Amino acid sequence: MELRGDVLLAILGMALVTYACRAGGYAVLRVVRPPPFVDAMLRHLPGCLFVAYCAPPLVAGAAPAWIGAVAVIAVQLALRNIGLAICAGVATVWLAQRALG
Amino acid sequence: MSDARGRVTFTRVGVWRGGRASLPLWLGMLPFGLVIGVLADAKGLSFVETMLMSAIVFAGAAQLLTLDLWADPAPILAAIIATLVVNIRMAPMGAALAPWLDKLRGWRLWGTLATLVDHSFALAAAEQRAGGRDAGYLLGVGLGLWVAWIVTVAIGHMLGSAVRVPPGHPLFFASVAAFVSILVPLWRGPRVDLAPWLVAGLVALAVHRAGLPVPLPLLAGTFAGAALGAWIELRGRGVRA
Repeated sequence: MELRGDVLLAILGMALVTYACRAGGYAVLRVVRPPPFVDAMLRHLPGCLFVAYCAPPLVAGAAPAWIGAVAVIAVQLALRNIGLAICAGVATVWLAQRALG
Repeated sequence: MSDARGRVTFTRVGVWRGGRASLPLWLGMLPFGLVIGVLADAKGLSFVETMLMSAIVFAGAAQLLTLDLWADPAPILAAIIATLVVNIRMAPMGAALAPWLDKLRGWRLWGTLATLVDHSFALAAAEQRAGGRDAGYLLGVGLGLWVAWIVTVAIGHMLGSAVRVPPGHPLFFASVAAFVSILVPLWRGPRVDLAPWLVAGLVALAVHRAGLPVPLPLLAGTFAGAALGAWIELRGRGVRA
């Protein structure tokens, strides 16, 4: 039942900025209309963020990671379920590592 | 549609209906929550720390990303910046639900906003478009998902403590898998997304190769790609106008 000071601080900070996004976004954006460029950037942010996250590990993970990514996309397209897509990806990487390694 | 102009209410019945609407989503959250719990344990977070984070941050993608860069001592600033960048997408959600939220006051407004996540936004937006007027629905979906999140992360952490996961295990592919699957519905076609996504990935790789620490590759890639996307979009609009 351990709660360290540095971890607590990180968690509180994360919670604070998350609430600022949830509630602050509503409070600010309903009074102030952001300039068109910022508005367009906000719409592009999620996709670019997840691509930027995935690029280095996919390149580092080589063939098994790419095969896993294809499996994730296939399952997500077919079943539209993130949980099942994650499971399919992990299982595929596991199999690919065994087959190729 | 005509009903949408009627009075917005906030009832217990609406909250319950939202809670029930969240049930089918529990199945989809189960592996996601389990992965977060197992990874948190692998990164050395205690049960209490893991549950506190899941309860008050309550944002799967942000938690996954920060756990990925977690170290001992905790990377406080990096965790906060990464969380902010991942969750900034929530900012326009509340504004989009303004027809409901503008009618709420006090805890009903600020408490409902605290539970806002991608799925509750999607369900509530659909309900609103269909003429729904009970804003309790949004809180109900959010609370239902919150309970599911807490339960699945707790189970994941307990599993993780029972079975040690060595570094390099395929399980760590789960975070990449989660973000790849989130990307699938975000794809709006090559004309809109191809160039920004390519630039985001390439810039992130280059900054990563240059040896700069997390979350700088992520930030540089994200903002380079999003800026390009916005520029292309505005330029296209200008030509047509």
